[in-house]
Amino acid sequence: MSRTHVTCTINGDQVDFLTSDDTSLLDALRVELGLTGAKEGCGTGDCGACSVLIDGRLNCSCLVFAPEAEGSDIVTVEGIADGDHLHPLQQAFLEGAALQCGVCTPGVLIAAKALLDANPDPTETEIRYALAGNLCRCTGYDKIIRSVQEAAVRLKGAAR
Amino acid sequence: MRYAAPTTVGEAQSLLAEHPGSQVFAGATDLIPQIRAGRPAPPVLIDLKRIDQLMAVIHEDGQWRIGAATPASDLTRNSDFTAMFPGLSEAMGLIGSDQIQNRSSLGGNLANASPAADSVPAMIANAVEAVVASGDGTRTVPVAEIATGPGLTSLADGEFIIEFTVADTPAATSDAYLRMIPRTEMDIAIVGAAVRLTVDGDVITNATVVLGAVAPTAVTVSEAGAALVGAAIDGGSIDGSAMNALADAASAACDPIDDKRGTVAYRRQVAGVMARRAAAIAVDRAQNGD
Repeated sequence: MSRTHVTCTINGDQVDFLTSDDTSLLDALRVELGLTGAKEGCGTGDCGACSVLIDGRLNCSCLVFAPEAEGSDIVTVEGIADGDHLHPLQQAFLEGAALQCGVCTPGVLIAAKALLDANPDPTETEIRYALAGNLCRCTGYDKIIRSVQEAAVRLKGAAR
Repeated sequence: MRYAAPTTVGEAQSLLAEHPGSQVFAGATDLIPQIRAGRPAPPVLIDLKRIDQLMAVIHEDGQWRIGAATPASDLTRNSDFTAMFPGLSEAMGLIGSDQIQNRSSLGGNLANASPAADSVPAMIANAVEAVVASGDGTRTVPVAEIATGPGLTSLADGEFIIEFTVADTPAATSDAYLRMIPRTEMDIAIVGAAVRLTVDGDVITNATVVLGAVAPTAVTVSEAGAALVGAAIDGGSIDGSAMNALADAASAACDPIDDKRGTVAYRRQVAGVMARRAAAIAVDRAQNGD
């Protein structure tokens, strides 16, 4: 099995790692790099628990071969807080009890961040479509949607 | 498996020639689940996304050239493309989640040869052609001639799709794509219907109707298109008898599978309904669009 040397940026830091060519980016993040925020739910791109941003775009890291990451800029859930200050989405999820078992939460947070980065004032329908690729089997989604709405309000307030 | 990221079409062809059974890919949104489900692993995974031509979207001289590996979201967010081909754009926007649309490509959707591929009926309705790397050169093939059955294509060993070409739509012409799925999002079509038509005032002068997910490949239903040609449009509504003939022709053209997601009878009936509704949307766009 050939091993490939990959250089990329993860959460703002330049990172080098060695990976087998058939390893998914998700497994490289979790096993090689110890970034266990992204989760494997289905491994087939249906559930979104492994969502990360690659060059600013939302992706399922289970559907990316690790060597594809060469030269790319990746953001995982570990990278969205500002030091000890949680991202407004994280804070709103905590306060709004928008998680139960937590397996989907890192992916939902990244998908919600991708949405709010592109559209700071989404409607409820837009939020629901933007999160359609992130399955949650606990919450029934309502608290997730409300918490994204709350975070959007706070982010707009902070931007003013 | 070895991963390779060639930067030219020629390099990718050499890899395919040297390593039989290797697989080109763009978004891998079908490939990775297939490997996980037990498909034999190809010796070399050939990533096409580092080849500039396969990621480019160029509009010049009345023609679009769309790189075969271009992510769907690059096209759905392209306002010029979406204004000219709203049906094709909405078909691509229905494929999976945002996560999938940031990876999935027209080339992959076609070459994977799923009967339910959403972009394929819309590409056929718009007479999109595939430019295929073949031997020392390229050959250009209508999209309708690529898929030959579920998972099967007319592409020979060593061939792969480089780009798609499509001419600008004529005046008073537009398209629409609708599909039926048992959920509201993130599902695979049990019926898809693409309609492209041209109007002259209050008369339809040209129409193409293509169905997906109701036969081993997408099917162009020439009787359904013919039913619309000459039909009068009254206050934005297509003549009722023409619409009935359209729906009957669409239903009759179905040769669907029968499964828990949709019975044969249901798929047949819904094919007629989807064709009607897509035609109504396309007429509205052709009359009131740009």
